Amino acid sequence: MCQMQRGECSCGHQSRRYILQGLSQNAHKKLRFLPGIVYIDEGGAVGQSVEERQRTVAELQAVFKATGFPFHMVPLEEVLDLPSSVVVMAPSPSEPPASAYKAAVDHFIQSDSSGCLTPQYQEQTLLPEVQESRTQVLQQLIGSAKTLTARQDLLNTLRQHLLVHTARTKGYSKLMLGDNCTRLAVKLLTSLSLGRGAQLAQDTGFSDSRYGDIILVRPMRDYSAKEIAYYNYMFNVTSVFIPSLDTKTTDKASIQRLTESFVTKLQADFPSTVSTIYRTSEKLQTACRSSCTADHPDRCLLCMCALDTAVENASAFQATLTSEQLSQSKSLGATRTEIPRQIRAPVEQCCSSGGGEDCGRAETGGDCCSSAKEPETIDLKSLLCYSCQLTIKDMASVEHLPQYILSEAQKRQRRYQMREEISEFLLDDGDEGD
Amino acid sequence: MPVLCSSCAEKRAVLKRPKTGHSLCKECFFWAFEEEVHQTIVAAKLFKPGETVGIAASGGKDSTVLAHVMKVLNERYSYGLELMLLSVDEGITGYRDDSLETVKRNQQQYELPLKIVSYEELYGWTMDAIVKQVGLKNNCTFCGVFRRQALDRGAIMLKVDKICTGHNADDVAETVLMNVLRGDIARLRRCTAISTASEGEGVVPRCKPLKYAYEKEIVLYAYFKKLDYFSTECIYSPNAYRGYARTFLKDLESVRPSSIMDIIHSGENLSVREGVKMPVQGTCNRCGYISSQALCKSCVLLEGLNRGLPKLGIGKHHRLHDKILSQQPLTEKEERKLKSVDF
Repeated sequence: MCQMQRGECSCGHQSRRYILQGLSQNAHKKLRFLPGIVYIDEGGAVGQSVEERQRTVAELQAVFKATGFPFHMVPLEEVLDLPSSVVVMAPSPSEPPASAYKAAVDHFIQSDSSGCLTPQYQEQTLLPEVQESRTQVLQQLIGSAKTLTARQDLLNTLRQHLLVHTARTKGYSKLMLGDNCTRLAVKLLTSLSLGRGAQLAQDTGFSDSRYGDIILVRPMRDYSAKEIAYYNYMFNVTSVFIPSLDTKTTDKASIQRLTESFVTKLQADFPSTVSTIYRTSEKLQTACRSSCTADHPDRCLLCMCALDTAVENASAFQATLTSEQLSQSKSLGATRTEIPRQIRAPVEQCCSSGGGEDCGRAETGGDCCSSAKEPETIDLKSLLCYSCQLTIKDMASVEHLPQYILSEAQKRQRRYQMREEISEFLLDDGDEGD
Repeated sequence: MPVLCSSCAEKRAVLKRPKTGHSLCKECFFWAFEEEVHQTIVAAKLFKPGETVGIAASGGKDSTVLAHVMKVLNERYSYGLELMLLSVDEGITGYRDDSLETVKRNQQQYELPLKIVSYEELYGWTMDAIVKQVGLKNNCTFCGVFRRQALDRGAIMLKVDKICTGHNADDVAETVLMNVLRGDIARLRRCTAISTASEGEGVVPRCKPLKYAYEKEIVLYAYFKKLDYFSTECIYSPNAYRGYARTFLKDLESVRPSSIMDIIHSGENLSVREGVKMPVQGTCNRCGYISSQALCKSCVLLEGLNRGLPKLGIGKHHRLHDKILSQQPLTEKEERKLKSVDF
C-alpha cells in the first residue's frame, strides 16, 4: 500500500510510477505484489473548508483512477474511532521456509495473469461524508497541543496509526511511504532534536517493523528531492499540492520547520550535506535496552518504539529530572512535576456503576476504586518514550486524546499495578527489570 | 506583582532558569546549579578522593565558573581533591593574551597553582603564524588538534591524575549535531561520553563536570556571583563549520528550551550497527601519542607546516604517512595539490 503524502504528493506519484513500470509484463525484473493506494485527508486538522477538501480529493481520485490500482480515501477523523489494537504490537507473521517462496511466486503469477486488479468495485466517488462535529473534535484534539512542534508530532502519530489500521483492515501486509532522501535527512535531524535518538533507525531506516504485522518500508529513500522533481518534470508525472500544518509559517515556528530550512540552506553551501546525513542514518540501529525481554519489550503508547526512559545514573534524562526536582519547593517531595500529567477516567469505567464484578480490592484490604468514589487516574508519562513525553507535556490537557489511546493507557496501567503486586512471585527475571 | 521563588517561596525571584523555566531567587539558583554539578560528578563517579585534578582554564566563562564551582564543591562535600589550573597559550595576539590575564587573576583569587603551556614552546608555531600560512578556513583544525596534545603534555608536566574541561551542554549538543552533519560515526558514538577512557601512554583521562549545564545558566551564575571573565570570540573562528551547528542550536533553543538536553539524550541513546568500520586506537610512530593512523594528526599537521604544505593535514592523507615517516620527498604532483590554499 503506497501512502500519498500531503505537501509532496509527487513523491507518492513517483513510487506509483515505478510500481506501474515494475508491474508491467515486459519489465525485466517484475515486481510481484498487489499494490493499493491510500490517501489520508487531513484537511480537517489543517483547517481546510469542506469544499477545498472535496476539490483536492476529486483531483487525486482522477489521478488514482488512471493508475488502475485500488485506492482508499480516508479522512483523518476516522482516527477517533480506532480500536486499541492499533497501539498494541501484533505478532509478526511467521517466516515461511525458503522453499515456499518459489511456490508462492508461481501461484502469484498464475492468479494474476490478467494484469492488475481492475478497480470495478471502487464505488466511492467522493470522500465519505464527514460530520462537522467529528471535524471539530479532531480540531480540538490538535488544538490542545500548545506548540506547533507538538501539534505536528501528534498529527504524525495519529496519521501513522490510521495508516496502519487501514492497511490491516484492507488486508495489506506492507506500507510503502514516500519519504525521499532530503526529507529523511531533515527527519533525522528533527528526530535528534526531539530526543528520538534511540528510535532513529526505525524512523529513518528502510524498513520499520515496530507494528509487528505491518512493515513500513521507504523505497524512495535513495532519491533526493531534486531528482524526483526532475523525473516528474521529464516524465510528466502530475503532482497535487496539499497544505500541511506548517505551510507558510515562519522559519522558527516549529522544530520541524526550522530543521527543514536549516538543511536546505546548508545544502546550498555544502552540496554533500544531505547525502552525508543519509549515510549516517544507514549506520544506525535500534538499541535494545536492558529492560526489554525477547517477547515483550516495554513499548511507548504513542509511537510504538521501545522505551528509552530507563533512569540510568549519569544520563541526560536523569539530569533533567534532577533539575526539575531542584527547582521546585523542597517541601513538596521528590517526584512531583509541575503539571500533573494525569487524566480522570470516565466514570463508566468504575466497577460499581457498571454492575459488573467486584474489583476485589476491598477483600485484600485496599480501597475499592468505586467506594473511594475516585475514578482511575493515569500517569501517561510512565507509558511514553522520552520524546512522546515532551509532546504530551506541551498539551494543555490529555482528555481530548482519542478513546483508543486512553483506554489502552488505562489497561497498561492496571497491568503494571498487577505486576507490582505479584512481582515477588514471578520467576521470569526479564519482566522485572534489573 | 513580584514573583516568588518557586523553590523557597520566600524571597522574590530575580531570574528565570533557561533550563526549566522556573523563577528562582539568587541563593536557590546558586544552590540548584551547584547541586546539579555535584550530582553529575557523583553519579558518573568522575573523581576519587586524593586525586590531583587539573582544571583546563582558558579565562572564558566556562572555565572560570568551572574553577569556582569545583573549589566550592571540593570544600562543601569534601571530595578530597587537589586542584590545579592548566592553561594553553595558542599565541593569538589580542585574544589569548587578554584571556590569560583572567586566568592569572583566577589563580590569585582561588589560590590554585597555575601552569601555562604554549604552542610556541611545544610545536614552534603560534596560531598567528599558522593562520598566515593556512588561511582562515581550516585554521580551527590546527588549533583544536594542537590544543588537545598541549593539554595532555601540560597535565603530565603538572603530574595531575585527571583533567576536567569546561564543556557545557550546548557544546556537547553542538558536537552531536556537527558529527551527524559531517557523517563522523566514530566520534558520534564517543562524543556524549562524560569522561574519556584512560588507556594509553601520555594520555591523561579527562571529564566534563558541566556537561548538563546550559551555557546561559553558566553566564547567569557568573553574573550573579560577580565572577570576572574574558568574553570575546576568537578572532579566527567566524568561518568554522561549527558555527552552523551553533546557530542551529541557538534557534532550536529559542523554539523549545529543552532541545539541548533532548539532543544530548538522543546522542546518548544512539546505537551503531554492527559491521560499521571503526578506527582502531594505536600509537603514533613518531611521537608516541595515541593515534588511529600511523602518524598522529598533530605530527601530520606539523609536517605540513614545516614543509610549507599547509593542506597536508586537511583531507585524506593517510597514504602519505609512510612517505613522511621515512623522510622521502613527495612527488611534484602531490606537492602541488598540498600547497594550494584558498584564503
